[in-house]
Formats: sequence, C-alpha cells, structure tokens
Amino acid sequence: MPISSQEVQHIAKLARVGLSEEDVAKFQQQLSSILDYFETLRRLDTEGIPPTSHTLALTNVTRDDAPRPPFHKEAVFANAPQREGDHFRVKAVLE
Amino acid sequence: MDSLYNLTLHEVADLLARREVSSLELTRHTLERLRAVEDKVRAFITITDELALQQAQEADARIDAGEGGPLTGIPSAIKDVICTRGVRTTCGSRMLENFVPPYDATVIERLTKAGLVIVGKTNMDEFAMGSSTENSAFFPTHNPWDLERVPGGSSGGSAAAVAAGQAFYALGSDTGGSIRQPAALCGIVGLKPTYGRVSRYGLVAFASSLDQIGPMTRDVRDCALVLSAIAGYDPSDATSAPMDVPDYSQALLPDLAGPGGRRLRVGVPREYFVEGMDDGVRKAIETAVRQLEDMGAEVDWEVTLPSTPYALAVYYIIAPSEASANLARYDGVKYGFSYQEGKSMWENMEKTRQLGFGDEVKRRIMLGTYALSAGYYDAYYLKAQKVRTLIRREFDAAFEKYDVLVTPVSPTPAFKLGEKVADPLAMYLSDVCTIPVNIAGLPGISIPCGFADDLPVGLQILGKPFDEATVLRVAYAYEQATDWHKRRPPL
Repeated sequence: MPISSQEVQHIAKLARVGLSEEDVAKFQQQLSSILDYFETLRRLDTEGIPPTSHTLALTNVTRDDAPRPPFHKEAVFANAPQREGDHFRVKAVLE
Repeated sequence: MDSLYNLTLHEVADLLARREVSSLELTRHTLERLRAVEDKVRAFITITDELALQQAQEADARIDAGEGGPLTGIPSAIKDVICTRGVRTTCGSRMLENFVPPYDATVIERLTKAGLVIVGKTNMDEFAMGSSTENSAFFPTHNPWDLERVPGGSSGGSAAAVAAGQAFYALGSDTGGSIRQPAALCGIVGLKPTYGRVSRYGLVAFASSLDQIGPMTRDVRDCALVLSAIAGYDPSDATSAPMDVPDYSQALLPDLAGPGGRRLRVGVPREYFVEGMDDGVRKAIETAVRQLEDMGAEVDWEVTLPSTPYALAVYYIIAPSEASANLARYDGVKYGFSYQEGKSMWENMEKTRQLGFGDEVKRRIMLGTYALSAGYYDAYYLKAQKVRTLIRREFDAAFEKYDVLVTPVSPTPAFKLGEKVADPLAMYLSDVCTIPVNIAGLPGISIPCGFADDLPVGLQILGKPFDEATVLRVAYAYEQATDWHKRRPPL
C-alpha cells in the first residue's frame, strides 16, 4: 500500500518539517516499504484485546498543588535564539 | 600507573578507598587515555576536562573525610541525551548543537551526590534513533575491537568509551536496544532496567513509554553498583515506579540457584534465533546456555513466544508515533537551532526542522505523524498497542514457568561502517532481539559471552518486571565462571 507524494507532503505539513522535492521522492519510497512491512500486523487477531499504552499499572499520578521555586529567568533565556526583553521573539503568527 | 584504565570500577574503587591512588590522579590518567585513543574511537562529542578535575578534587576531599561511596571519584561518561547542567547536551543533533541545559537529569543529581566525575558526553545516533551511531549529525564512532566497524547504537559512544578504557562506566539510554546492542558489539555489560525503575527526568525524550536510562560497565558488579545509585522513585517523573530499590550488590552470588534455593529455570525462546543469524553468534550463545546448564540450571530450549516476529512492526509504529509528539518541541523558538531567513513564522519553523534534523529523525517523525493521523490511527497505532498487550501477556505467561529468559542480543557481530546505511529496514532488523523487551517493559542485560570472527558477542538475560536482582545474579554467576569480561580490545 504505497503512499503518494501528496500524502508525504501532507504529513510533512502536519509535522512542520520542510521537505525538498528530492526528499519527498526519497521518503515516499522509504516510507512505502516500511508501511508495507506493517501489514504483517493484520495477521494477528486482536479482537477484544485492550491496548497497552504503558507497561506500569500507574494511573492519575498527582502531587500537591503547592508552588515551588521556578527556573531562574536568565537560565530560561540562556538558550534563546531571539530574545527581546523577557520575550522569545518570532515572526508574526497572524497577519 | 600503567594500565589503570583496564581495571573495573570496583577494582579502582578499592584503590581509591585504600588511598593507593587519588581521584585526581585517576582522573588525569583517564583523561590521558581518553585523548590517546580518541582520534581512532571518536566516542565523545564533548570532553569535560576542567569539570572532571574539579569534581575529582571534591571527590578526594570526601574520601579523605571518610564520606566516599562505591562510585566516588570514578571517571564516567554520559550519553549526550542526558541533561547535564552547564554542559552542552546535543543528542547527537544539529538541532541541539549549542544547547546547554539549565538543569541536571535526576540520574545526574543522584550520581553527583555519589561523587560523580564526568570526563565527557558521548556520541550517539541522533535523538537516540539508530543502531550504529552512524546517524550522529557530527561523526561516527568506531568500535574499539575493529576500528572499521560500528560500535552499535544508539549508545555507541558510551559503549566504545567503556570498552576502550576512556571511562570506568557510562550511562546509556535504551528504547529499542540502544544500551544492550552496543554493549554486545563492544564486549561490555549493558543493562536496560524495568520501565519505571530509573527516572526519565532530564532524559531527552524519544519514546516516552519505552525509554530507560541504564548502566554500561566492564562487569556485572560494576553494573549493580551503578544501578543501585541511579534507580528509584522520582516525583519529577510521573512514570517512575514508587517501589523500593534493593541493594543490587547483594544479589551477586557465584552460584546459579533460583529463588528459594531451588534450581534456576531458564527458558530459551526459539523465535530469537532468527533466519540469517551469524553462525558464530549462534554457536557462542548456545555454548553460553550449555554453560548455564552445566552450572545447574534447568534449561528449556524449546520455549516459544509466537508474537515475537510482530514486535518489530509494533515498535516501528509506537516509537515513531511517540517521537513525533516528543520532537514537536524543536521549533527554533525557545532553544536550539533556529532558522531566521524565512518570510513567516511557519516557514522559519519548517526550515528549522528541515535543516536541524537528520534523515532518520525526519523519517521517524513522518512515520509517527502518519500512524497517528486521522484515518490511520486505528489501523496502525491502536493496532500496535493491542499487539503490545499480546506480547506482554506472552512474557507474563513465560515467567510463570521460567525465572529468566536467555536470548542473543544481536543476530550479527559488529558490522562495517557504511554497510547498512542505505537501507533503513535492514538497520531496523538489528534490533529484533532487543525490541520486544522494551515493548513489554521488562529488564534485560547484555553480557559478553564469546567472540565470532574476533568480534564480541553478547548474551541477553531477561527477567520479570522489577526483578533486576535475578537478572544480575544469573549474569554474575555466568560471568564469574568464564573470563570474557577480562578481555580488552587491542587498542
């Protein structure tokens, strides 16, 4: 069940990963053969089997809603690619 | 002072305790060894000389004050996927090439309390995605046993560093075999703990339901010592198990009795002896299992775990799906590589990810995005999770009858650099023996058990959840009855 180049471009858009035309072709071919391989799972009967998301039987792990010291502001901004005052600067989100 | 770097962690700890050597001397010696072979091995992305020497001095002060422990002052290497405050942490990626974490991972905090000395951050496949360390954005690491071959991956740098004597122990991470497979290919010990045994806080996330940090060491005693130091409940990790940690060193006994003193029951699942497995590897594994029999274990050679062949597909759906979510944060806004020449915010973000990530990472992000997308979620992700239940149930049933399961780690010994890079699927097949263990969340160790064409072969021992004690015990007893762990690469 090969994947089309439109589908590759659609996925790339969802994942916000830019792809060149060569990349689209290359990934189309590689993803197709990997997805083919996944067809083997169809052979297994999983009717009535619950999914496992997690191998530990933990649910609703919570802690007290008590404030704790946050990261120091300078530590948070230390790796900032574009900083303006106490903000991370990006290009306009809405025009 | 000659070949201190060939000693084990616990041997060196004895020397430190008796003050026959100081941590400062030991660390200088280790750094010399590190640099002497690093041109050939290329295990390190960042070497932290100054920090190591400073930590060594602090360690000496503690030892002098009688406050040293088994790990105090002993040089270690940390896989570059684990956050170290103030020390660059790249995950083997251009995306984080200049990223300096503002915090320590919990395992680093714990080791620091134990007297940590870090000589450097080790090379790895980018974002832990790979089985050879060839996916590092920077350079490949070379196997100390044969420099034209891969050390395995994704913790290839850590494995090579320990094998080459550049550190006395290392931390790695394992999502589909990334501690055990490089340990096997480099002839050292590597343990993936039960999921939830060791905190993932500060471990840069790849697949949140599969990832675990674990020790990579020269021998099993060293492994037990490091595991005891890093394991345990962490309130900062909601997936960490609220369970006590036994003193794993106490589990190390030279005989092979099972729990309660009865004979140890060992199961050997047939499905792990895959078609195309190297003959030398098969022979080494079979010889090792017969050794266990000679030592008194009751071995069942005909165990079958029928869902084993499906584990690879399950993994390559679940892991990339989780990765696509975990790697969504790399957008060039708060940290990391950031492309700025685009006309819009989205263009900047897309280009950041196009240029910051390597091919394997992109491939997996796209696989995962596809598997989770509308119209495909049921067929892929949900189906994979159901098969995951089947796989875990099969292991649970097996552990009703056996104390441990024993398998190969890798179907082949170390392959040549460049041999498998063209075919992603062929590379994925290197992990057939290790992946099911992550899917089921079980503990698994790789220990040296021989050689095939002069290249190391590893034996995998799997245990019940949170039964690292039995896994370590069996590993230790086998190790002490052989001398594979005493071999050193001709480097």
